[in-house]
Amino acid sequence: MTPDLSFRAGLRDVLPTVFGYIGVGLAFGIVANTSHLSLLMVAGLSFIVYAGSAQFIITSMLVAHDPLSAIMLSTFLVNSRMILMSTSLAQAFRHESLTKNLLLGSLVTDETFALAMNKQNQTHGKLSFAWQSAANVVAYLVWGVATIAGAILGSFITNPTQFGFDFALTAMFIGLVYLQLISDKHLGLTRQLLVMAFVALAYYGALRVLDSNFALLTATVLGCLFGMELKKCH
Amino acid sequence: MSLTLPELWVILGCGAVTLISRTLPFALVQRMQLPAAVIDFLSFVPIAIMTALCCQSLFVAHAGHWATLNLANCYAAIPATLAGIFTKSLLVVVVVGIMAMALIRYFHFG
Repeated sequence: MTPDLSFRAGLRDVLPTVFGYIGVGLAFGIVANTSHLSLLMVAGLSFIVYAGSAQFIITSMLVAHDPLSAIMLSTFLVNSRMILMSTSLAQAFRHESLTKNLLLGSLVTDETFALAMNKQNQTHGKLSFAWQSAANVVAYLVWGVATIAGAILGSFITNPTQFGFDFALTAMFIGLVYLQLISDKHLGLTRQLLVMAFVALAYYGALRVLDSNFALLTATVLGCLFGMELKKCH
Repeated sequence: MSLTLPELWVILGCGAVTLISRTLPFALVQRMQLPAAVIDFLSFVPIAIMTALCCQSLFVAHAGHWATLNLANCYAAIPATLAGIFTKSLLVVVVVGIMAMALIRYFHFG
């Protein structure tokens, strides 16, 4: 990743994350297909809701005939980490117009957020509308097309995980967290390693009593608070 | 290919909820200066959330009991991490990770 913040650089930088979207997108399409969702419903979920893990939850709740209010509440809770990510990412775009901010915000995902944080380490905290839009739009289109392809192929593919494609997402986060670790000079290596260890322990503990999405949110918030305490003690 | 009325409401309702979670912070942050403590908190969000996302695929939850490791993912994570250390390239990490997982599945390892 270079400090170049052009639209073209955004297209290049988002490339590695595309594998993750394809892998998980195909998986979602296949699950939706076996849950008897129509292609139009898959497209609606991917292009209007556009929220990876929430889409799986919405699908299973639809199959269980849960009420709309419960489905919306679950979607909000699973996506509440978006509030954290958006607040964090928005810091870099304060100088841009409200319209541009809303356009960027409407397509924030775990992946594009993590990518932007990595990019910031190369550019002394700067991001651009052009670069972020390129990453956002590629991610959005690849996700939508992959889920529809998955729904169409669903009836033919019996074992989509066989080729290891589903691991792309995990590998991508491993790569992103490592690059974040070595390049965030502001926080430093030792402090970040301590926060990582704390988050892993907090997640492991929280998983005993909470569902994995709430454990994720709890561990993140506790990890940030722990980091703040570390900073106070030096 | 059709959409029932309840399905349409699910799309619109969940779409609205998600859109608000994503865009409201952008609108608010632009209009006001966040307190120093909040900015301090937010500076830890990237490393914390990325670590938690990794943990989500390395652990398997068992309600009411301690989680166990997803062994296949843990094994594949090793070459992926090494690829990151040696190349510092996200693309190489992803490709090595996928290949490692394909081998693990092929040999029923983990």
